[in-house]
Amino acid sequence: MSKKRSPIKRRAVREAVAANLERRHRRDRRLRRMGLAAIVIGLGFLAFMFVSIAVLGYGAFRQTHIRLEVNFEKAELAPDGKVDKKALAQADYQRLVKRALRERFPQVRKHRLKRQLYHLVSSGAGYRLRDLVLAHPRWVGSRRKVWLPADDDVDVWFKHHGAGARLTKAQQEWLASLQERGEMRTFFNSDFFRNGDSREPEQAGILGALVGSFYTLLVTLGLSLPLGIAAAIYLEEFAPKNRWTDFIEVNINNLAAVPSIVFGLLGLAVFLDFFGMPRSSPLVGGLVLTLMTLPTLIIAGRAALKSVPPSIREAALGLGASRMQAVFHHVLPLAMPGMLTGTIIGMAQALGETAPLLMIGMVAFIVDVPHGVLDPATVLPVQIYLWADSPERAFLEKTAAAILVLLAFLVLMNLAAIWLRRKFERRW
Amino acid sequence: MTASLTTGQGPATDEQAAFMAALDASAPRKEEPAAAPEKTVGVPFLEKKVTLSARHVNVFYGAKQAIFDVSIDIGKHEVTAFIGPSGCGKSTFLRCFNRMNDTIDDCRVEGEIRLDGEEIYAPEVDVVPLRARVGMVFQKPNPFPKSIYENVAYGPRLHGLFSSRGELDDLVEHSLRRAGLWEEVKDRLDAPGTGLSGGQQQRLCIARAIAIQPEVILMDEPCSALDPIATAKVEELIDELRRKYTIIIVTHSMQQAARVSQRTAYFHLGRLVEVDRTDKIFTNPAHELTEAYITGRFG
Amino acid sequence: MSVTLLFILLSILSLVAYWLGRRTVLVMAAGNHRRLHSLPRHYGYYVAMLTMLPALLLLVLWVSLDQTFITKLVVAELPPALVPDSGARLSLLVNDIRNLAAGNPGSGAVDPALQAAAAHYRRLTQISHLLLPAAVLLLAVSGTALGLKLIHPDHRARPAVERVIRWGLILSASLAILTTLGIVLSVLFEALRFFHQVPLADFLFGLEWSPQIAIRADQVGSSGAFGVVPLFTGTLMIAAIALLVAVPVGLLSAIYLGEFASRRMRAWVKPLLEILAGVPTVVYGFFAALVVAPLVRAAGEALGLEVSSESALAAGLVMGIMIIPFVSSLSDDVINAVPNALRDGSLAMGATRAETILRVVLPAALPGIVGGVLLAASRAIGETMIVVMAAGVGARLTANPLESVTTITVQIVTLLVGDQEFDSPKTLAAFALGLLLFVATLLLNVLALYVVRKYREAYE
Repeated sequence: MSKKRSPIKRRAVREAVAANLERRHRRDRRLRRMGLAAIVIGLGFLAFMFVSIAVLGYGAFRQTHIRLEVNFEKAELAPDGKVDKKALAQADYQRLVKRALRERFPQVRKHRLKRQLYHLVSSGAGYRLRDLVLAHPRWVGSRRKVWLPADDDVDVWFKHHGAGARLTKAQQEWLASLQERGEMRTFFNSDFFRNGDSREPEQAGILGALVGSFYTLLVTLGLSLPLGIAAAIYLEEFAPKNRWTDFIEVNINNLAAVPSIVFGLLGLAVFLDFFGMPRSSPLVGGLVLTLMTLPTLIIAGRAALKSVPPSIREAALGLGASRMQAVFHHVLPLAMPGMLTGTIIGMAQALGETAPLLMIGMVAFIVDVPHGVLDPATVLPVQIYLWADSPERAFLEKTAAAILVLLAFLVLMNLAAIWLRRKFERRW
Repeated sequence: MTASLTTGQGPATDEQAAFMAALDASAPRKEEPAAAPEKTVGVPFLEKKVTLSARHVNVFYGAKQAIFDVSIDIGKHEVTAFIGPSGCGKSTFLRCFNRMNDTIDDCRVEGEIRLDGEEIYAPEVDVVPLRARVGMVFQKPNPFPKSIYENVAYGPRLHGLFSSRGELDDLVEHSLRRAGLWEEVKDRLDAPGTGLSGGQQQRLCIARAIAIQPEVILMDEPCSALDPIATAKVEELIDELRRKYTIIIVTHSMQQAARVSQRTAYFHLGRLVEVDRTDKIFTNPAHELTEAYITGRFG
Repeated sequence: MSVTLLFILLSILSLVAYWLGRRTVLVMAAGNHRRLHSLPRHYGYYVAMLTMLPALLLLVLWVSLDQTFITKLVVAELPPALVPDSGARLSLLVNDIRNLAAGNPGSGAVDPALQAAAAHYRRLTQISHLLLPAAVLLLAVSGTALGLKLIHPDHRARPAVERVIRWGLILSASLAILTTLGIVLSVLFEALRFFHQVPLADFLFGLEWSPQIAIRADQVGSSGAFGVVPLFTGTLMIAAIALLVAVPVGLLSAIYLGEFASRRMRAWVKPLLEILAGVPTVVYGFFAALVVAPLVRAAGEALGLEVSSESALAAGLVMGIMIIPFVSSLSDDVINAVPNALRDGSLAMGATRAETILRVVLPAALPGIVGGVLLAASRAIGETMIVVMAAGVGARLTANPLESVTTITVQIVTLLVGDQEFDSPKTLAAFALGLLLFVATLLLNVLALYVVRKYREAYE
């Protein structure tokens, strides 16, 4: 061992350290500030996105109505004199709406202007009248003031104080007159939650998409939960360590990272083309989403099984249970909360998924609310995509509102998962 | 008497009370070693050549207190060994000297610790120069996943201790020589430090620590992960280093403390029980807890 | 009889079979449980399984394949003059026959041969519908009978049942392989048909992409341009912008949360950042198209730059935000995996936090971080909705992020959404693009997983 003197003196070290200290601390603070800035950027974008969507969308939960005095003339509603349900259901209520408009603005005479006048009220106003008359048959033969849904352009004009709507000068004057007399106001937009899709923004609702999403998720859940649990059990509890098991694992890990649109191609080629299943149906959507979410479920399920201590298995086996009995009677019940948490998160993913469903035709324009897994349907995210693509300004609001509904569901599901995890969290 | 017994409400007789008290008092004295004393016995304070002095140090982890009112002086250029049963707080106390406890979120240190007379827990003290003066070697060898050369050059690079590549080369060579590793690694300085054997890794960590010429080296059970031959080499090195450095070594091996240290401090349940010259501690301990530990009655 | 009803019937039959099996074996053992090899319910399960499983398999196979099979039969019976040579026209013809059979005559006069085929189709469908319940129920009942015949007190029912369950578990686990196989085969098969019409070299190295031309010329064949290079550059540009946003932001936030933040802050901020990963992509798409793109455009114009309203920049920015939590949680994992002993070693040398991170922690974690970035890149390349909604559809070979570009995923969606004619190169091209996408992301994933695993091994 060499005993030669150190090439550097302690005093020199202390001086060097002191000399560089300020610069080094500055760098330290800089990295810390950059990290903080990164977090602020991330969370700031999140807040910006949510706030801007909420600002764009909150208006859609209210809808502009116009008050008109409608003459429920007997001759019009029941031409052959009999006032019964059938006659009332088949009468032409749009005529009543038009007449009411003409009476409110008697100065409008030109044919062209009259057509503009009729456009103030939604083309769905007649259905509203019909529902009212069917609910109150005594109204027949009287004059009453009723609130009728306005056209989407009127809705935009009213909510945004005249900005950006596609209305003629004459129409704006009429609306100003209505507004002056308090004959325009907004109501809670129950149509939005009661109707299917429509070409008319003021009549378009999300019920069809919600029900479609429900059926699709039902299929997904029904298939992926048993399959995911079974696969997780096999891989974690029974699988021998061999090439086949390795191959399965590699496949699962890779599938978890395959772009979702590729699953859509698979669905198109296999389920629609090869098996001839019905296009646009929640069944096929559910199948595709099952294949997509299975890896997530399997990975979560295995983690849940892994967290059950081996002593539980050993105790069951020690009492003479078969491996199958040990797993199904003792390990699985303990792992169930973890598996369910994973399942809810997988379902939340599936609820928000769009791209693969475009491939299997769930993007079609569908007005009717589906009644089963074989009916043509669309789902909430696809509805959002469709509306976002629509040129009408009024759909912008609807799109943002539909997003708010979707996010509300996702928040609920995630809260459920968190609750489940907290409730059953176990420390061994 | 009969009445009071049957109702059970009368005052107990004097004989009964005395008997109960005797029971209470005798139990721990017979089955457990005595509690640690409030005051440290032996020679905790030195007259001169003091590098580190700790006074009334308390350490808390959250609400739990780990070190109770410890006061001790550490002599210059000698090896002080901290011994005691595991969990007695000797490592925690060691980490107070270079403020490594700062890295633990809810750890709080009270009292004063002075390095060459300067309070190291004063608010204006910067841990960077402090740690440059008080180096540390850990229980498990922890070379960085870099080359052997870069491991030793890490400190000089951080603190900017060289102005040319040649100076750095000299510094690295000198440090490796002092750590007794030069001959073994001089041909493969570019090989990863993690590829060395356990004993070599620990000596590399020592070389890394002395490359920046610290005044004190703290060693936290430096040989517990090593085999006997590697341990012997490291112990030899510690003895060698004593001439230029003040060394504190935490160890659970009494033989090691006896071999390498000049002074020994015995800790028990967060208290410093006894400090004295090593030969004194091992031949004639003043406190019965120290004696119990040294004779292997618990550990 | 509907499939649902059939399924319910099957379930009832299995319950009955369970009860029968249990009872039969108990009667055989004269009510003495100890004489049985297994518990009584295992015999019940055994018979129920024999009842349910084969019948269920038959039901599923029948329902999923009967249409294909009937169509084949009908087409085979068609007069040769009617059978078209191209697959596209054949599928149109089949559609016509199906419509006729369902009672929706198309426009114009209908060929009598077609009428006959429709009648044939209808007849076969009816037979199938009559035969299905009969066959399924027969199989179920014979399963019950077989089961009852097989069981006796010494019969090893529990191992038998467990064997079946085990096979069920194995099959479920193997579904992952089946899915991969399905993806590969379906995409590969259609892509190969595409390469029959468009040479592979033209596809991979062609500089022009305009699939519409083939349709306008009303000609099946090579008149459209199917060069994938502009799509690839577009995809890479948007993914690169996304990574430029996500990697620094994600990595720095992981560093801050892991090394600087207090425990409380970490507990709050980490889940908040992960919300970003839970937001559906269609929401990002909306945000990109209707909020960010106009902002980018306005900002660009304020600087005197010409910005497309579907700029790659806007789509890439938003995609980057989407990937932030992906990068940050993966980096967080690998940074956490770096042993604390290394941090302590560096800090004890008098290094600052930043020096410890930059000189020790990050170099040690680098392979893992690279793996994470590769995974993020594969995410970005495969992401669909953001680019469908916010990027353009026109293929353009450009390096200017302010212009509009298109991506592979956008083209797949554009080619397949809307009216498709199968077998046109336009439709098949989507599958070729899908194959390209699958292979590209697969390579990235395999590489990333390999790197990450190697890295984990180093510290375990």
